[in-house]
Amino acid sequence: MSHILVANDVTKQFGSHTALKNVSLEIPKNSIYGLLGPNGAGKTTLIRIINQITYPDQGSVYFDGELLKPEHIAQIGYLPEERGLYKSMKVGEQALYLAQLKGLSKAEAKKRLKYWFERLEIGDWWNKKIQELSKGMAQKIQFVVTVLHEPKLLIFDEPFSGFDPINANIIKEQILSLKENGTSIIFSTHRMESVEELCEYIALIHKSEKILDGKLTDIKKEYKNNIFEIGLEIDNEQLLLNEMQDKFQVLSQDYDSIEKQLNLRVQLPSNESRDILAFLGSRANVNGFKETIPSASDIFIKTIQNKNIDHE
Amino acid sequence: MNKLPLIIKREYIAKVRNKSFVVMTFLSPFLMVGMILLIAYLTQLNDNEKKVIGVLNESGYFANEFVTSEVTSYINFKDISLEQAKDSTVSLGFYGLIYLPNESNLEQVAQRAFFYSKDAPSATVLDKLESSITGRLRQERLRELGMSPKEYAEMDRGYNINIETFDGLQNVKGINEIKAIIGGAFGYLIMMFIIIYGGFVMRSVIEEKTSRIIEVIISSVKPFHLMMGKIIGTSLAGITQFAIWIVSGAILLFIGLAIFDIDPASLTKGGGVAPGMANTANVDVDALTQNIQLYAQEIFELPIFAMLFFFIVYFVLGYLIYSSIYAAIGAAVDNETDTQQFIFPVILPLMLAIYVGFFSVFSNPNGPIAVAFSLFPLTSPIVMLMRLPWGIGEGGVPVWQLITSIVILIGTFIGIVWVAAKIYRVGILMYGKKPSYKELYKWLKYS
Repeated sequence: MSHILVANDVTKQFGSHTALKNVSLEIPKNSIYGLLGPNGAGKTTLIRIINQITYPDQGSVYFDGELLKPEHIAQIGYLPEERGLYKSMKVGEQALYLAQLKGLSKAEAKKRLKYWFERLEIGDWWNKKIQELSKGMAQKIQFVVTVLHEPKLLIFDEPFSGFDPINANIIKEQILSLKENGTSIIFSTHRMESVEELCEYIALIHKSEKILDGKLTDIKKEYKNNIFEIGLEIDNEQLLLNEMQDKFQVLSQDYDSIEKQLNLRVQLPSNESRDILAFLGSRANVNGFKETIPSASDIFIKTIQNKNIDHE
Repeated sequence: MNKLPLIIKREYIAKVRNKSFVVMTFLSPFLMVGMILLIAYLTQLNDNEKKVIGVLNESGYFANEFVTSEVTSYINFKDISLEQAKDSTVSLGFYGLIYLPNESNLEQVAQRAFFYSKDAPSATVLDKLESSITGRLRQERLRELGMSPKEYAEMDRGYNINIETFDGLQNVKGINEIKAIIGGAFGYLIMMFIIIYGGFVMRSVIEEKTSRIIEVIISSVKPFHLMMGKIIGTSLAGITQFAIWIVSGAILLFIGLAIFDIDPASLTKGGGVAPGMANTANVDVDALTQNIQLYAQEIFELPIFAMLFFFIVYFVLGYLIYSSIYAAIGAAVDNETDTQQFIFPVILPLMLAIYVGFFSVFSNPNGPIAVAFSLFPLTSPIVMLMRLPWGIGEGGVPVWQLITSIVILIGTFIGIVWVAAKIYRVGILMYGKKPSYKELYKWLKYS
């Protein structure tokens, strides 16, 4: 598989502060790539390097197979976390200006703006000033301006901050449809919930270093710890529990005596669940059996904790 | 594609459309012309008020001196005492009373003459009375000496020494003052433009920071281009404003003068613009026109084209240097109140240049202080322009100084823009606390 962006061993210092330390990444084409990490981990610095706002002290960045150069700016769209627009400029003029800065001709920019304004149902804002719009409305304009020049790579830094749930959903759909149309997307956030539904790949940055990266499903598999959640319908739960004690490691138990429902969390030595199913099947009615898969948030916290322990 | 023209265009339009800019541009000429007209009108009004003065002449002299004119009316009192005359003056509402007592000779009369008035009398009235009496006294004294008024006029004819430079150019007195005014005007114009438009550049940078649009833009263009586009666009707006002022100011002035029927010549005389003229007051009209022609000739002989050319050169370089500093200041802070600490050191050399110009250059245009400050890059745009009216080459600014000063200025320009661009690039992405000078120095080392 080819990559839209490859970073090799990128290091960046600000005075005595190291913002990035030997970070290497490979971002596959036509995917949504989550760049995760707590605030101040170095995500924004990495993004600024990709946008050529700052330059790495060491290491190199390749865009679509070529060493990153100024011409690539026209093929990258960037929605920064710290974003805004000229307050006293009209929406249409402003969008045209920003599109022209990205290299579009005025006529082409106008055509595409009309299309996007209709798509997001904001056509009548053209002659309004930004200061007359609400924050959410301004964010929509900002989104349009970011994607207007149809870049190969889109970078969203905390794209949903400032949106109400309805508009956040609209933007999420737009991001997914851009991905369908072949755009590669970097999605930077410290909010893990949004990662699960959007990202295929993730990289975890912590204290200037990349501590984990790969395909989200692979990472989840790796972080599985063979814990199963089991629901049983049974009259005499104590007998069963006594019997299970020797064979399996029961982590927690919870019995509802009215519904005759026993919920268990069991740690198995491996991914192999046939034995326990056979054992339980002959003794009770199994009405729930599920392997627990860690959430991105769990992985995030666990990895950082492990990392901190390593350091100590 | 080069995006600099796009940025210049946006900055220009944003500035020109700004409401306060529009108001200032169109209101200022009206304010200025209004002020000039008001002053002129008030001066005229003051002169036009006709004053009535009572005359109690008990002497045998001064029969022809106090005659009613356009400005002053004289009413003669006869056969009443001084006290009665005073009372009459008050009750009739006259401006004052001139009392000439009965004495044995003219000198005695003049000695004892009095002018009574309600308040302290105006200087113009006193001047007029005094000159009337002086004229009569001179006449009497000449008669005693046996000299005719014609002979006296011959004797009293004024004298102006002939002035010539070593290379044979004729000169007139007062031309140095005119040169100083022209040089001073150029220097002052540059200082005002830098302070006003440098401030605009700075506020524009702060606006981009506080509206958080800056990162969006510099992901499309180089910060250096944005900074230069801003500086150039803002200065073009300034030049537009100046052009509008000059054109509309001139038109308004002519209209105003026509409406109020004010003679422009009376304005310049009243303003005391040409100190050299004071000496020529007694010279007859022919000599005066001859002198005016000489002044005109001198002004035409000033290196006008060279001055305009170097005005543009120094103006552009000076403005670029200072406005880059202003842009860097804007980038370093988050809001305008934090700028004070940094602005003061910027304005200091500008003020210094103006003071050095007025106190040192005008008295000694080629003195060591004038030379030093016209080479030092932060003051040279102002000080050198103040020296230029004295010419280039022999007698004026040596050519080597001019070249050296421009070379130093260009070198400084490159250096300062480089430093400012570095501070700008780091500063625009920094939010939070106001940086110290030490931190600014650290920013220079970021790559």
